[in-house]
Amino acid sequence: MAMLEVKNLSKKFGGVTALNDINFSLTEGEILGVIGPNGSGKTTLINCITGFIKATSGKVVFNGRNLCGLKPHKIVNLGVCRTFQIMRPYSSLPAYKNLIIPLYGPRARKTGGWRGGGRHGDRNIIALDLLEEVGFERESKVPYKLAGTLPTGYLKRLELARCLALNPELLICDEVFSGLSMSEIASMVPLIEKLNKSGVTIIMIEHRLKELFKVAKRVMAISYGDKIIEGTPAEVMANEKVKEAYLGA
Amino acid sequence: MKSGLRKERIDRGIKVRSDGIYALSSWREISFLMAPRMLLVCGLLLAPLILHFFPYWQKVLLIVCIYALLSMAFDFLANYVGLVCLGGSFFVGVGGYGAALLSKSLHCSPFISIPLAAVGGACFCTLALLPCLPLRGVYFAIVTLMYPLFMTRIIEAFELFGGTNGMMDVAGFANPWLEQYFLIIATLVFLFALRRLAVEDVGLVIKGIKDNDQSVKASGINITFIKAQAIFYASLLGCFAGAYLAHIYMWAGLSMFALDFSIIPIAATVVGGGGSLLGAVLGAILLVPLSEALRAFGPLRIVSYSLILTAVIVVKGEGLLNYLSRKYNQFERWKEI
Repeated sequence: MAMLEVKNLSKKFGGVTALNDINFSLTEGEILGVIGPNGSGKTTLINCITGFIKATSGKVVFNGRNLCGLKPHKIVNLGVCRTFQIMRPYSSLPAYKNLIIPLYGPRARKTGGWRGGGRHGDRNIIALDLLEEVGFERESKVPYKLAGTLPTGYLKRLELARCLALNPELLICDEVFSGLSMSEIASMVPLIEKLNKSGVTIIMIEHRLKELFKVAKRVMAISYGDKIIEGTPAEVMANEKVKEAYLGA
Repeated sequence: MKSGLRKERIDRGIKVRSDGIYALSSWREISFLMAPRMLLVCGLLLAPLILHFFPYWQKVLLIVCIYALLSMAFDFLANYVGLVCLGGSFFVGVGGYGAALLSKSLHCSPFISIPLAAVGGACFCTLALLPCLPLRGVYFAIVTLMYPLFMTRIIEAFELFGGTNGMMDVAGFANPWLEQYFLIIATLVFLFALRRLAVEDVGLVIKGIKDNDQSVKASGINITFIKAQAIFYASLLGCFAGAYLAHIYMWAGLSMFALDFSIIPIAATVVGGGGSLLGAVLGAILLVPLSEALRAFGPLRIVSYSLILTAVIVVKGEGLLNYLSRKYNQFERWKEI
């Protein structure tokens, strides 16, 4: 049964159509990649699913529940968590204190948060465990540094850790690989795979196609708000329209 | 240079990894941390005794505490929640009228009417400000500036609560010592309670809203609810100050909605240094007596007051407390190598 179903989703900003009649569905436990050139509507799609902007028309059904019209925090509490493409850390707090906020929220309290540790126990310890899990060196000073002073690689991991703290059912990653070095990406890929194995369904928006195709078995391409094709990575890359969208006619 | 010795910063041995995590191994280290706090607490507690022979300055001390409460409320909203609130006088007015109403209708002692007016007033203020919570920055500031003006006009137009004359004959304090110590202790309790709140988990969420409200939303937290909670705490302080003022003056009137109660706390926070609540208190302790002392200048009082304010802001723009605490943390001691 489909976990997430997006039906005829459209979003218009005044006269500009950012998303035009998008349809797709997602089964539990899979990784779906979403690709498309800049400005094609990938982030708008996420914003519509997670309630950060209101869709003009269409439906988003998650586990049998319509998400359209719900406030973002309600959607998160149903289990749909997202990262931001432009990282949004709490700059004035140390990195590990950044995770206290999701661990304090109602979802982490109800489900127990990451691995059920959020209900009881010290949130500081859980936060440090979680940072170690996403690749912060625990014994170093890095987890204690102000988030505003951390480099991009750590901030991307921090975004991911914020979602993990919420114990997501569906994780939506908005370009987690962008801005990272090859070695940093190489260490992120196993992390994503591990999450997926532990039962988290993932949607990945990505420009780094080579790395995306390592983890995503199914890929959807959009351009100017239209869905062009959906299929295996090989099928998508062979598609003429995809080539045209990326390289021009 | 002494041989076999080197200088070491005292705080280095105490702070571990990040601010707020301390490793204390001796009484000397504990007293290093506690000394500034104790200075403030003991100073405020001893002040009424020292000022015993200067009854006028005892009254000034009360006003200092009133403004300290208002400055804390402003600092908390501006530097912890990220809401610049110009409605300090709204809190004072609501608290003042509330206390006057309670005291006149129930004929209860100030020690009952003040807490009741503070809590009731805070609920009223929170409900009144609820519609503006989605606003941010300068928009929130402008809207909150309107609230006291709005209340003044309504009271004038409908001749409510004694209209322009205000409400006379509010019960005063029977004992001047109680009057001073109740306010001083309440100020200290509010100060340390708010500072504690800021490092608790809910305080981190509040700070998170200032840093990045989208991210708090994406953590599944209803930010309007958290902001309303923060407004409640701030208006609790403001209404408490207003209620107290009504009992000190034995009167509640339109001048409680005056702009002074909104603006002077901002000046105090800027001079003292925002972001620590202590700075706001320090600012009030400096500015209120200063403005009283300058009465000798007669018509030039405001001019000299403004000059001093400008000078402090230009020379120590970070705020006095932030400057002092930096210097304090740089104290060094000799240590054997």
